[in-house]
Amino acid sequence: MARKLDRVDAVLVGMGWTGAIFAKELTDAGLKVVGLERGEMHDTVPDWQAPGMHDELKYAVRWGLMQDLSRETLTFRNRRDQVALPMRQFGSFLPGTNVGGAGVHWNGQTYRFLPADFELRSHFTRKYGRDVIAPDHTIQDWGITYDELEPFYDRFEKVCGIGGRAGNLRGSVRPGGNPFEGTRSSEYPNPPMTQSHAGALFGQAAASLGLHPFPVPSANMTRPYTNPYGARLQPCMYCGYCERFGCEHFAKASPQVCVLPAVMTNPGFVLRTRAQVTRVLLDARRERATGVRYVDAQGREFEQPADIVVLCAYGLWNVHLLLVSGIGKPYDPVTGQGVVGRNYAYQTMSSVSVFYDKDVRLNPFMGAGALGTVIDDYNGDNFDHGGLGFFGGAYIAVNTTGARPILHHPVPPGTPRWGAAWKKAVADNYNHALSIGCHGSSAAHRQNYLSLDPTYRDAYGRPLLRLTFDYTDNDRRMSAHVTDQAERIARAMGARLVHRSDLAETYSITPYQTTHNTGGAVMGDNPRTSVVNKYLQSWDVPNLFVQGACVFPQNAGYNPTDTVGALAYWSARALVDRYRKAPGPLVQA
Amino acid sequence: MTRTGRRDWLRRVGAGGALPLVGQVAPATVAHARTADGHVFFTAADIAFLTPAVDRLLPEDGFPSASQAGVLTYIDRQLAGPYGAGERLYLKGPLRQGTPEQGYQLGLPPAAVYRESLDALASHAAGRGFASRAPEEQDAFLRQLEAGRWMLKRVPSAVFFETLLANCIEGYFADPQYGGNRDMAGWRMVGFPGAFANFSQWVGHHGARFSRAPMSIAMTSASAGQGHGAHPRAAPDARAPAPARPVRPDGEPR
Repeated sequence: MARKLDRVDAVLVGMGWTGAIFAKELTDAGLKVVGLERGEMHDTVPDWQAPGMHDELKYAVRWGLMQDLSRETLTFRNRRDQVALPMRQFGSFLPGTNVGGAGVHWNGQTYRFLPADFELRSHFTRKYGRDVIAPDHTIQDWGITYDELEPFYDRFEKVCGIGGRAGNLRGSVRPGGNPFEGTRSSEYPNPPMTQSHAGALFGQAAASLGLHPFPVPSANMTRPYTNPYGARLQPCMYCGYCERFGCEHFAKASPQVCVLPAVMTNPGFVLRTRAQVTRVLLDARRERATGVRYVDAQGREFEQPADIVVLCAYGLWNVHLLLVSGIGKPYDPVTGQGVVGRNYAYQTMSSVSVFYDKDVRLNPFMGAGALGTVIDDYNGDNFDHGGLGFFGGAYIAVNTTGARPILHHPVPPGTPRWGAAWKKAVADNYNHALSIGCHGSSAAHRQNYLSLDPTYRDAYGRPLLRLTFDYTDNDRRMSAHVTDQAERIARAMGARLVHRSDLAETYSITPYQTTHNTGGAVMGDNPRTSVVNKYLQSWDVPNLFVQGACVFPQNAGYNPTDTVGALAYWSARALVDRYRKAPGPLVQA
Repeated sequence: MTRTGRRDWLRRVGAGGALPLVGQVAPATVAHARTADGHVFFTAADIAFLTPAVDRLLPEDGFPSASQAGVLTYIDRQLAGPYGAGERLYLKGPLRQGTPEQGYQLGLPPAAVYRESLDALASHAAGRGFASRAPEEQDAFLRQLEAGRWMLKRVPSAVFFETLLANCIEGYFADPQYGGNRDMAGWRMVGFPGAFANFSQWVGHHGARFSRAPMSIAMTSASAGQGHGAHPRAAPDARAPAPARPVRPDGEPR
């Protein structure tokens, strides 16, 4: 029997980026807020201190900061005619856990989406005709424009202290930045990172071909920085232990570094850790959330009543909570009806390896998560798609995030996989190889979706989330095209050897690609094709708001965090300024 | 591994249909043979097979072989601990064979993968005689394991091979506190600086020759200051030749 606690104004499920943002925004507005985090409290001191944090085996290979899959995972299949099976160990993506979530172990690459990305269907059909989007691709406009979101991108980037150079500042295109980006109201709060050798070689080659390289916008601090909340961050040490690790230095923007110190002192906010939310509770008419049920570390059940419920967990698990709570109509891929689980997308990745002779020392271990040089010339609709037979694109970048040797030991094609020749090739190439990555958009498709598994359960007895996903033909064509461009740049880099690795024929859950899972609770202007409205408010349950990349109708060719953070600030603003004054639907269906 | 290597492996470990069965299916609990001296998981018979096997995967060249670098000590300790027990893996059934894209579906923790595979190999003539074979024959045997030629009790031999290869690479390059990478030989082989890492003053000096000796977690703890060092180091001269002797993080020669 769940013990019922005292009612609060708002309960937040999950304490990563969006949980921290909502905690701050709502408590600043005077609400009494409870945050529930299934993991533990983690902070720079003591949890991320070197030298113990600089342990590739513990954190990168054994996934020290990731969730416990033995308790919660998902099942996966490529197609509906297959049986989905559990993801029994980590591979393709790495959902985090503990306070800060993936905002602790991310790299910090921080890109806005393009204006056209928010109106993808309208833009592409207007410009290229209706046939550019094949019928089964359920591409949608977001119901929000870049211009509406711009001030909130600006806010999140200032909270994070992003380092970069504006390419389009208040309508004026400036050198050194991304000439294709949507206009920015202000310059980045910090300057760009120091370019690495590999980044410089790529940038020079790209520029020689008439392309437009710029520094990757970085959440690794480039100088001492005090953010709008008074949080003090320190300069990045380029230690090369970024992705999959916490930063010992207060140099990587993370929720507990940037936001939580300003919230934890507010008595209006209570954070409970080891509190696993198992269900959102609804009233008898199922039109209003009454709170959430959660389980503590001792297995005791509690009910936390609240006037407002905000789902701030990792996007996949927000969709899972909607499904197990019976909120919204689950998507049926046969009929195309329903919305919860619909429009799952991912990221379309390929690469080109470049090998130099021994006289070119790249020192790849001198890295940082968002240290890189990138071109956007082949992303979005930044290039003419006429006659190409696909929509979408990718950024092409050399990212020098580090070179920890258990997982990083590039060898030329044709090298045996083990033995004396392999060992020698590893030694000979370690300091002389780089990789050009294509980070591509991912189309929504009626056959790619999330649902509940009929067979496998989690530690709480709930059905696992089931992922049905494969690459679409559109994305295969897009990927081939952008990888051609990456190869062209590689061949202009003066190297000894170039080798391309194309997108796999079939999506596999085994090799790591990105932790950029999107969709399943998409935002939009129509409850028949979206789960939340433009303010991320549930169409079905007006006092429920849903955050995270699960609201993306399809994925653009960029990392999602900047857009997740901007949308959280936008959604929180609507909740505080509009919903509280007139609780109820903010948009008429 | 190259991406191609990963794809091939995926196809192999997804298979496991009608392969020759070596050894009987193990009972639910594994009988405990005596572990070898200095080991907490491996038996003497295990070590007799594994030592030459891992030394074919990572042979001695100018740098130690796998066994010389302590890789078997590393794997031994890992299998006796949470990794071997399959902590944080989802092992619940029902168990079904999946496609290569669906990944590992055996539901066996790593300790069981090794135990069943090694017991099966010990009951097989080619496995038992492995240590006495010439290197070329050993390589041929390993390639058959790699190709999934046999079922080793419940384990397709490709799964055992890939697990062993991955664990060898871990043991060769992980921090020495885990028992492998003895004397940081793996890090010295590739030129990886290890746990002490502060390159803010180096990263802009493209092509600089960085030859500071690697430092492990234990060494970094023992030295003054934090993992990165509290203060920036003097910027290196990219044109200068490398110092002949490694320096401590405070700049003094060892």
